[in-house]
Amino acid sequence: MTWKQMFTSSVGKKLVMSFTGIFLILFLIVHAGLNACIWANDGGEMFNKAAHFMGGNWVPRILEVGLFAGLILHIVQGLMLESTNRKKRSTKYAVNYGNKGSKWYSRSMGILGILILLFLILHLSNFWLPNRSSQGLSLSGEIDLYAKMKETFATHSPVTAITILVYVLGCAALGYHLAHGFQSAFKTLGVHNKKYQQMLMAIGYVFSIVVCIAFAMMPLSFHFGWIS
Amino acid sequence: MEHYTMNLTLKVWRQKNAKSEGHLETYQVSDISSEMSFLEMFDVLNEQLIRDGKEPIAFDHDCREGICGMCSMYINGKPHGPWQANTTCQLHMRAFKDGDTIVVEPWRANAFPVVKDLVVDRTAFDRIIQAGGYVSVNTGNAVDGNAIPIEKDKADAAFAAAMCIGCGACVAACKNSSAMLFLSAKVSHLALLPQGAPERKSRVVNMVAQMDKEGFGACTNTGACEAACPKEISLSNIARLNQEYLTASLVSEK
Ligand code: HEM
Ligand code: SF4
Ligand code: FES
Repeated sequence: MTWKQMFTSSVGKKLVMSFTGIFLILFLIVHAGLNACIWANDGGEMFNKAAHFMGGNWVPRILEVGLFAGLILHIVQGLMLESTNRKKRSTKYAVNYGNKGSKWYSRSMGILGILILLFLILHLSNFWLPNRSSQGLSLSGEIDLYAKMKETFATHSPVTAITILVYVLGCAALGYHLAHGFQSAFKTLGVHNKKYQQMLMAIGYVFSIVVCIAFAMMPLSFHFGWIS
Repeated sequence: MEHYTMNLTLKVWRQKNAKSEGHLETYQVSDISSEMSFLEMFDVLNEQLIRDGKEPIAFDHDCREGICGMCSMYINGKPHGPWQANTTCQLHMRAFKDGDTIVVEPWRANAFPVVKDLVVDRTAFDRIIQAGGYVSVNTGNAVDGNAIPIEKDKADAAFAAAMCIGCGACVAACKNSSAMLFLSAKVSHLALLPQGAPERKSRVVNMVAQMDKEGFGACTNTGACEAACPKEISLSNIARLNQEYLTASLVSEK
């Protein structure tokens, strides 16, 4: 079987979702870990050091290109799969199976993905874009990201309120996307043993809850002054 | 369980042929016994329609004992009706009560086009099985039943997968109209056994290719298929199919 044949088959397309999904999960672990430095309560010193390691160093900067490639592949493949899958049933049922057979979020991966995408556009334009446009192709010229976070979340204005709302909803969408996606990705990779499936299911739920609450707490912590 | 009779309102999908538009038609049936099967209730309705000079409702059925997989009704939003691990023919009217309204639709999937009323064309499944090809077995004298030792666990898992009756409820239940539960049952029951080993790799590759050609959707592991399957085929067979496919593609020469 050629690579082309494999990656254009329905199972192969799902494998791409699974590889890129797991890759994005690994990114989330790093991202959540580094951002948690805001809670060091040191006026952002530790956080900015972590941010400088990522932004002022060629290795993470090159890996970042891979991250974007993986993200784009995941989004494009995901949306294409969703749209072809939808076309496989032209006449709809009068009565839907609904939640009797599956969880709502497992059937809503596309919609949840689009919500995450909308959040990501705002999120990247809040921090990544200003930072990289200040840096250009160099390693220097980073902005003070801690101050930027304060400015984005700690102020009191309608824009801040909407921003925080989008962030919290984005985290919720990510949580549900991962509540299904985490274990699904391993099934797609072929993990069929019941004992591993149960383990991955449990790890997936804990991961989606912990990581997404941690992310949602970041803007809230700034806004309500839980960090100094 | 106590016997009772009931009057019901039925909303049944009527469609003249593959080309025509269909619609839900409302019928009343009375004095239905709680001990009838769902298909017997349809027989009563059809006799009533014939008496009234109307076209009876076409529906598929054969064994009426839950083993052939022909009966295919989507009842009140669930393939094969409200009971778990059950076929339409084994659904009994005691699942309903007097005054209920029951909506009956055909399996919905572009790969299963409606032939007439509740009858859909499921030959796509036959073509997927054919694409799997043959299984090499030695001919000649009958071999001793215990000549090839098989671990009990494996034999049980293969048998559980071989329970699939090809009814198509998994496709009907899936939001993507995916045939992965059916295919995974067919691939698993041979992949688990030494008898299926010689053609193991080509089988999975060819069957997946045929499934895609027939126009079924891709699996997103929602689990709706497993919940609707009358034979309780496990979702983990799909993961096994994915593994079979991944291995077959990684080790292939070209
Ligand atoms: C940004 C927009 C995103 C879109 C449009 C999107 C869309 C999708 C879609 C349509 C699926 C397919 C559902 C399935 O096959 O079960 C999927 C699966 C998945 N997504 Fe996303 N997603 C996005 C972001 C993310 C992010 C940020 C992560 C993780 C950090 C992620 C992790 C996963 C995982 C693990 C799967 C499961 C793969 C599998 O079932 O094999 N996604 N995504
Ligand atoms: S897997 Fe279950 S639902 Fe699907 S065809 Fe086989 S018996 Fe029917
Ligand atoms: S008629 Fe054979 S399984 Fe229902």
